[in-house]
Amino acid sequence: MSEKIQMERHNYDVVVIGAGGAGLRAAVEARTAGLRVAIICKSLFGKAHTVMAEGGVAASMGNVNENDGWKVHFRDTMRGGKFLNHYRMAELHAKEAPDRVWELELWGALFDRTAEGKISQRNFGGHEYPRLAHVGDRTGLELIRTMQQKIVAMQQQDKKDHGDAESFIKVFAEVTVTEVLKENGKVSGVYGYKRENGVEVLFEAQAVILATGGVGKTFKITSNSWEGTGDGHALALKAGGNLVDMEFLQFHPTGMVWPPSVRGILVTESVRGEGGVLTNNKGERFMFKYIPDVFKDKYADNEAEADRWYVDQDNNRRPPELLPRDEVARAINTEVKAGRGSEHGGVFLDVSKRLTEEVIKKRLPSMWHQFYELAGVDITKEAMEVGPTCHYVMGGVEVDPDTAAAVGVPGLFAAGEVAGGMHGSNRLGGNSLSDLLVFGRRAGAGAADYVKQSQPTKVSESAIKNAQEKIAAPFKRTGGENPYSLHQELQEITHNLVGIIRTKTELADAINKIANIRKRIENVSVAGNRLFNPGFHLSFDLDNMLLVAESTAKSAIVREESRGGHTRDDFPTMDAKWRTLNNITSFNGKEVVVKQQGLPSMPSELFDLFDIHELEKYMSKEETAKGGR
Amino acid sequence: MAKNIKLRIWRGDANTGKLEDVSVEANEGEVVLDVIHRVQATQMGDLAVRWNCKAGKCGSCSMEINGKPRLACMTQVANYADDETITITPLRAFPVIKDLVTDVSFNYKKAMEVESFTPPADLKPGAARMQQIDVERSQEFRKCIECFLCQDTCHVIRDHEENKKSFAGPRFFIRIAELDMHPLDMLKNRKQKAQEEHGLGMCNITKCCTEVCPEHIRITDNAIIPMKERVVDIKYDPVRWLGSKIRKREGIV
Ligand SMILES: Cc1cc2nc3c(=O)[nH]c(=O)nc-3n(C[C@H](O)[C@H](O)[C@H](O)COP(=O)(O)OP(=O)(O)OC[C@H]3O[C@@H](n4cnc5c(N)ncnc54)[C@H](O)[C@@H]3O)c2cc1C
Ligand code: SF4
Ligand code: SF4
Ligand code: FES
Repeated sequence: MSEKIQMERHNYDVVVIGAGGAGLRAAVEARTAGLRVAIICKSLFGKAHTVMAEGGVAASMGNVNENDGWKVHFRDTMRGGKFLNHYRMAELHAKEAPDRVWELELWGALFDRTAEGKISQRNFGGHEYPRLAHVGDRTGLELIRTMQQKIVAMQQQDKKDHGDAESFIKVFAEVTVTEVLKENGKVSGVYGYKRENGVEVLFEAQAVILATGGVGKTFKITSNSWEGTGDGHALALKAGGNLVDMEFLQFHPTGMVWPPSVRGILVTESVRGEGGVLTNNKGERFMFKYIPDVFKDKYADNEAEADRWYVDQDNNRRPPELLPRDEVARAINTEVKAGRGSEHGGVFLDVSKRLTEEVIKKRLPSMWHQFYELAGVDITKEAMEVGPTCHYVMGGVEVDPDTAAAVGVPGLFAAGEVAGGMHGSNRLGGNSLSDLLVFGRRAGAGAADYVKQSQPTKVSESAIKNAQEKIAAPFKRTGGENPYSLHQELQEITHNLVGIIRTKTELADAINKIANIRKRIENVSVAGNRLFNPGFHLSFDLDNMLLVAESTAKSAIVREESRGGHTRDDFPTMDAKWRTLNNITSFNGKEVVVKQQGLPSMPSELFDLFDIHELEKYMSKEETAKGGR
Repeated sequence: MAKNIKLRIWRGDANTGKLEDVSVEANEGEVVLDVIHRVQATQMGDLAVRWNCKAGKCGSCSMEINGKPRLACMTQVANYADDETITITPLRAFPVIKDLVTDVSFNYKKAMEVESFTPPADLKPGAARMQQIDVERSQEFRKCIECFLCQDTCHVIRDHEENKKSFAGPRFFIRIAELDMHPLDMLKNRKQKAQEEHGLGMCNITKCCTEVCPEHIRITDNAIIPMKERVVDIKYDPVRWLGSKIRKREGIV
């Protein structure tokens, strides 16, 4: 590209990167606080990954079982995360989720109802009571559309009040942010390019909220859309922020496995919540064999009791199909490795024997559609073939729980999947959508407070020039590496060496191989020009995915235990010492560095919510003896 | 098993373009989006196409396949005969940006013109009580994934740029119907406005929109026709229906 670089310049109080649930909720809050907000996203408005969420949003409204409440939800979340969660995030989340869901109703959301006309709630793995508010199996779409329409409503109001709909909130769709800019140690804005035509864009802003979602595309088999390339994780690292516990990745137990073109696409947990049963090729309902000791008193160990639970939850233990996801994913993995898998390397999930055709089509409409259209399977009559798929990253940007401010970078905030700490070593289903709402709102408020208290900084010419050079680089090279093949190579490495079951040797191998790709990525060249050029777009995503993969592999190799979304074949059990430690990743400009940091311990009012015998399963004697802070 | 298939893909930009023939491998069970991706990765690195979920949930991969508006991620290659050339072109109703990517901003402008959801001013969080049967009618329309295939196919705007100004299109007729049937929406005269301000009158119920909708929303039968039939809006006292939790449907007082 020899022509002169075109650049647009914008000025806002707050820039939100991401138009998923977290980003939109943050934008609503910052606008409500009176600030001017830009929302930037890589896809069209309304298409962010949140749109794919199916099962529901967790909030202890107690509409179906009135014994539910924030304390129960808090306990379930900590248990699910194997007590590695940041207690304060789990506490805020459990307390505020119901208000965040009810608020959506005032913005037009239409959740499914109970007989009394309240918001209906469904069962999900790891949740003690029916807790997930839902709309069939398209809850994410309802969330996105509701907030998209809320933003339109605010814009219409701004038009009435100020004459211009976009005077306070503007959506910049199909723009990729390549850099968070800083001056004198503080955030000063972001830089990026328009995907449509490659025109570059500078946003000057005092506060930047990362709401960029997950990292699934780093892996070969994933339920994530192409946007899940870990951009926010990488942007935070490059801006001097930290990531916590990047070794924890959630492999969802049930992804489609056949045909190959749909491998990884999610089969919602609601299928099991609604009564779906897992069997191996011998017809055995194998999950009964895999109930870990810590969960023995909560899960049924025989079919009769498990089946009774669907009609009487007060007097029976839950079926083991509803164990937390990490347990179910490992169980499926073991069954398949032992030769008891289905023809295409999965296991069977069957809901047709428990529910009628009519009920299945009503409660699981998009699952029926998905299997019928893409796999030629009618789930009202036959079993689905399913297997684990990379679904969610628990690790993420280290933040202050109350304000969502990124640790170490004044002016930077993070919320949603890109933020770490909330889910510990394993996230419960439904806890992400609620996380987006609770912490999206807090990030918007945190950024608004920050803007009101600090002075704007100007972006320097040198920072702009620097960002421009990086964008131009792939076009200046010719005959270099093809970004598509490098991406495939990276996915093979992560899949084979940093997957569900890990070992020291394989992780060391992965770290070397990732370093090797890092060298080669410097030679990536792209065909064509800047006009909507996917190869060019991928070359940036690739750089981010490499940083993520490196962070994951380097965190995984030091954590010598198995917990939640991190399983080491060479250290197969939990270690109470590691429960007290977070792995903190930073970036020194050349490579990722991992160090350990103590996890804050629970104050006594939270500590005392648990039965001490339960805590003894996770904590050392000294810790339980000491009690809460 | 793997076989080679023939594609004819439209390539170009706002100014110029042409159909290009390629041959590409296709495997069992693959959809059109898969083979487009393979062309991209192996033969045309800069081939522009939108997609996100690859599961029919986001409505990004809209294009025309053999002239029919479709989601590429939900269209099986096996639907076409082995020796058939599959022709892939961008949505015709919207201006091309590049290759298969079009400028759909028309739809976002129209969304801005529909008056927003207007709940009762004193409704408290968590206080709403609605029966499933009452929310279901609007829920059908809220299934919309905004793929804009219905907009693309509607003859009122497909080849009539001049109609775009005064015609919101089927996607927004169901949005208005959704709000109109929403048990908590208080705004009056939505139907009338659909007629007078959003061009409902220009629709002559050909049902082409319903036919292409990947979410199987009965756009014409359940939204357009009922609104056309009842442009005279008879609203009743909101306090009364909220209090007695009866359905918000004109006529039931
Ligand atoms: C199939 C599926 C089903 C799920 N079901 C559930 C469920 O039932 N319940 C639940 O709680 N959770 C569920 N999850 C998880 C949940 O959907 C996600 O964790 C959540 O939606 C993430 O939301 P987010 O707002 O953090 O980011 P996303 O929705 O992923 O949005 C990220 C945004 O950031 C933008 N972005 C990213 N990088 C850049 C960049 N460089 N420049 C500009 N913009 C950028 C993207 O364009 C996008 O707009 C599911 C996930 C999947 C994959
Ligand atoms: S029914 Fe009306 S809106 Fe639908 S395609 Fe025909 S003219 Fe257009
Ligand atoms: S109504 Fe159907 S065809 Fe039209 S935009 Fe919505 S999902 Fe697409
Ligand atoms: S890619 Fe989402 S609908 Fe096709």
